[in-house]
Amino acid sequence: MTGGHYIFWFVFVLMVIGLYAVISHGNLVKKLIGLNLFQIGVFMFYIALGKVEDGRAPIVEEGVEVYSHPLPHVLILTAIVVGVATTSLGLALAIRIYEAYGTIEEDEVIERDKAAEQDGTAELNGTAERDGVRGGEAGP
Amino acid sequence: MTAHLPALQVVIPLLAAPLCVLLRSRTIAWLLFLAAAVAALVCASVLAWQVADGEVIHYAMGGWEPPAGIEYVIDRANVPVLILVAAIGVAAAVYCRASIAAEIEASRIPLFYACLCLNLTGLLGITATGDAFNAFVFLEITSLSSYALVAMGRRRRALLAAFQYLIVGTIGATFVLIGIGLAYAVTGTLNMADLAQRLPDIYGNRALGAAVIFVFVGLAIKMALFPLHGWLPGAYAESPSAVSVFLSATNTKVAIYLLLRFAFGVFGAALVFGRMPITEVGLVLACLAMLVASAVACFQSDFKYLLAWSSIAQVGYIVAGFSLATSDGVTAAYLHVINHAVIKGALFAAAGIVVLRLGAARLSDMAGMGRTMPWTFAAIVLAGLGLVGVPPTAGFVSKWVLAEALIADGRWAVLAVLLVSSLLSLVYVGRVIEAGWFRRHSESVAVERPPLTMSAAMWALVLVSLVFGLVPEWPLSLAEGASSVLVGVAK
Repeated sequence: MTGGHYIFWFVFVLMVIGLYAVISHGNLVKKLIGLNLFQIGVFMFYIALGKVEDGRAPIVEEGVEVYSHPLPHVLILTAIVVGVATTSLGLALAIRIYEAYGTIEEDEVIERDKAAEQDGTAELNGTAERDGVRGGEAGP
Repeated sequence: MTAHLPALQVVIPLLAAPLCVLLRSRTIAWLLFLAAAVAALVCASVLAWQVADGEVIHYAMGGWEPPAGIEYVIDRANVPVLILVAAIGVAAAVYCRASIAAEIEASRIPLFYACLCLNLTGLLGITATGDAFNAFVFLEITSLSSYALVAMGRRRRALLAAFQYLIVGTIGATFVLIGIGLAYAVTGTLNMADLAQRLPDIYGNRALGAAVIFVFVGLAIKMALFPLHGWLPGAYAESPSAVSVFLSATNTKVAIYLLLRFAFGVFGAALVFGRMPITEVGLVLACLAMLVASAVACFQSDFKYLLAWSSIAQVGYIVAGFSLATSDGVTAAYLHVINHAVIKGALFAAAGIVVLRLGAARLSDMAGMGRTMPWTFAAIVLAGLGLVGVPPTAGFVSKWVLAEALIADGRWAVLAVLLVSSLLSLVYVGRVIEAGWFRRHSESVAVERPPLTMSAAMWALVLVSLVFGLVPEWPLSLAEGASSVLVGVAK
């Protein structure tokens, strides 16, 4: 059983490495890398599900009787797109955090937040282009 | 035309989103979101009327017949959630125009509405779909737009809150994906009804057990069940006011609906509650959520954080309800989903007005607001009493139904926890009232009246919560209808 299902062990190890990286690292970009590994593990799990022994790629061809199952592959294409969107959004947030705090280490971000709170300095989201944030700019 | 309603209610907000981005006008984007929410509400109401007698509407998306094609299923279990999401969407749309103008820079506002439209699409899609993988896709549409919405918060802290939400939320959604993949591996289908048919033959299969656990843990993250609630306080408290109103009332609720659908409509109660100890695990976690989150809420110094922690506690009530797996318990869960969404929406709407007028929502800033902002304060008191569960409010009705369900099942310990948690909620709501009414601000400041649209949306939600408390027949009949579909025991 272990031999036949080796791909699932491989996928499982990949997922756990990714999850560990997410939990253990304070650097936001490293967290995203871990998240990607975790997701890729799941993608490979789905792709492995579609594999049929001696099956060819699911493109109709003369003289080929056995094809791999295309449905899991199509499904995971959707999930890959979602993964790309998640990664790009995460990286965009990391850039914004770097602009706002000057660091992408989670502990330092929290430290600087606490320091700013004690100083009572403004800690608004975004830069000088935001005006009227605190005032009652909005009329009824 | 009405034959296409199940698809239209999802497609209209989906089409509104790119239009918001392309047209780049704040007013048009707002009108588009409002129109999309109203259209969704109309669709949901008509659907509710169509399925009221127990009929089930099956809609084959694009004409592809299930199980190969994606199917939308509308029955009495999901119309309450559809109506809830769409109605809160309308309230948030009315609320957000003035609120957002003060919080987000002008150039980003059309994009903000695009995200809100996508969020609405995702929530309605999760609720309407009858396909497990499609539910995952909509879950991710909702989540991705939520991360972007949270990141637009007023303070820079919103960015980190959004990032943490993104990491945790993605792990949750990926867990759901693994679970669905395992269920697919053992059955070869993704259609929920088809899965439900094929799964009983292989109860006891280890991969199936893993599938249940992965889906449940993933959704428990999405619905912020203690101890997987870490993302929630930051995400709710730091997001723009209008987003707090919308997310707090809908996001976790839809995740709860999806969990119920998976538990009763896909895996089957016999497996989930019979063979696996989900009842016990659910009740223990629900009790911890009720106690710990309520206690933490008592120590918050910021009104929005206090409300966020209270939300985690309220999720505990809902989980306690459906963990019983009895028809009464599921009724109580549904009823609390509806009532709590309305109450928490009203409270976050009030918090948004406080932030707009007083600059922040710390309890120390709210000192004396009972005199400077009497109407907003009155709304906080009324909705707050609903949160505690004082008799003529909606919160009382759902807690009463939940208590009855617990007694009928002989769960006295959980009932005791419920009472303690209610007392704790009296403490944290009491702290807000104490700050607003009994403490005086050092200097008396004249506070401008809040924008009319914002107070209108807030009062609409408060009044709905009072009406649901005084005449609970309609929400109760919706909840009973839902539980009769899910549990299969008609009352």
